Amino acid sequence: MEQENIIQVNELTKKFGDFVAVKGISFEVKKGEIFGFLGANGAGKTTAMKMLIGISKPTSGMAIVAGLNVAQSANEVKKNIGYMSQKFSLYDDLTIKENIRFFGGIYGLKPKTIQEKTIDLIQRLELEKVADERVGQLPLGWKQKLAFSVALLHEPKIVFLDEPTGGVDPVTRRQFWEMIDEEAHNGTTIFVTTHYMDEAEYCNRVSIMVDGKIEALDTPKKLKEQFKVSSMNDVFLKLARNIE
Amino acid sequence: MSIVVQNISKSFKTVQALQEVSFEVKEGELFGLIGPDGAGKTTLFRILTTLLLPQNGQAFVAGFDVKEEYKSIRNCVGYMPGRFSLYQDLTVEENLTFFATTFGTTIEENYDLIKDIYVQIEPFKNRRAKDLSGGMKQKLALCCALIHAPKVLFLDEPTTGVDPVSRKEFWEMLKRLKQQNITILVSTPYMDEASLCDRIAFIQNGKIFKIDSPQNIIRDFQPKIYEVKSDDMYQLLSDLKQIPDTKSTFSFGESIHYINEKTEFTKEKLQTYLNEKAHKNLDIQLIQATIEDVFMNAD
Repeated sequence: MEQENIIQVNELTKKFGDFVAVKGISFEVKKGEIFGFLGANGAGKTTAMKMLIGISKPTSGMAIVAGLNVAQSANEVKKNIGYMSQKFSLYDDLTIKENIRFFGGIYGLKPKTIQEKTIDLIQRLELEKVADERVGQLPLGWKQKLAFSVALLHEPKIVFLDEPTGGVDPVTRRQFWEMIDEEAHNGTTIFVTTHYMDEAEYCNRVSIMVDGKIEALDTPKKLKEQFKVSSMNDVFLKLARNIE
Repeated sequence: MSIVVQNISKSFKTVQALQEVSFEVKEGELFGLIGPDGAGKTTLFRILTTLLLPQNGQAFVAGFDVKEEYKSIRNCVGYMPGRFSLYQDLTVEENLTFFATTFGTTIEENYDLIKDIYVQIEPFKNRRAKDLSGGMKQKLALCCALIHAPKVLFLDEPTTGVDPVSRKEFWEMLKRLKQQNITILVSTPYMDEASLCDRIAFIQNGKIFKIDSPQNIIRDFQPKIYEVKSDDMYQLLSDLKQIPDTKSTFSFGESIHYINEKTEFTKEKLQTYLNEKAHKNLDIQLIQATIEDVFMNAD
């Protein structure tokens, strides 16, 4: 049975003056899929992602996210998605509990729901002892796991993760991916970027962006067959080498 | 010895960032400091580059004491901090000129040292640093750290957040610098990069728990590692975790690395157990450890 598309992108383009950052990309993401969005630095990933989450207007083309057109219903899109990035996810000066309450409020959850979710989330991540400490004090790995859970507070249909594991220690990185797997099994769609090529193997499908265009898109297995190499790292090197 | 670190400790309020850290780096050696975010790597770099004073212990860089002779150290080391350190509003060329002038030299004087790297960014020499892509920023930062021909180069996570292509290129550049007899201390959270160093130190929670060559570290790793694959990896991971006396189950891309505590545990036992769980296309191989395996299974 064909699964429904939760993201549909058609000829999506973004120009900054003369510079075309995203050059008419088209792809679909299915509901419940873990979709890896890879590319070299400067390939246009972040620009493309910003359009999908409704914070940057496409120059041309169309993107439908959770049934909504990002160009016309940016604010509605935001209610249906979760987002976390390596650079910004939580407020360092607020405690763990305060961050949860803050983001719960932003996402429009009722105070009672926020309260319940706070207890549940702190228990699940085993953060009882540090719940009243500032987030800035936490090791990066804990912070990222917390940020992921916070991005899921409002039970979004899709969660966008921009390099969620950059610099995180190897054990925590794997725990993080176990959380992603579990969430995908619950039906949440995961849209993720990473520079760790072993993580690309955990995705159902992977796209690789080079110089503003999607140059390859398939399951990791098929991509390796297509490029006749044994790892996603080699697929990436073959596609993106010498481009900058 | 190019770098000597003896029992260095440093704490900030409630956090003990470094605890009795000791190691030595030989002249011309490429030495890797391997550990996750928060392990204490940056604190150590800041002490060795004389930007921070240690509470206890001693350290010498190029023969100079980090506490007493900081001016001499600053003249003969290059430092590339983890965060992008260049002037965003200056162009590529202006940044380089600025750093050269600061150290009382010129781009021309040491051009040979940076040539291989600089030619790659030279086409963009009039572009402001803030408009460069990640890979190009790293290259410029490296040029700026090299322009005064330092004896010792400190690179704090130069490849974090950098794509695999640029990472590979960056390490090729380091290999060439090593041939010029520059001592390099580099930190990274990427375990695959560890194997490219002459020697590495594992650091976690402010302590160094192993120092050796990558080859020796892998050779000395005792436990047997089974690489396991099947069609349902999600189920496979949870099945493996249920096996009695499991030490670790770590995903490694398309396979899982499995280690059991008991020495009498065999491939046959693993095979039998997983066959009962009806896994399709099950594949089990006994494999050699990687640096990442060693790091994650350290107690």
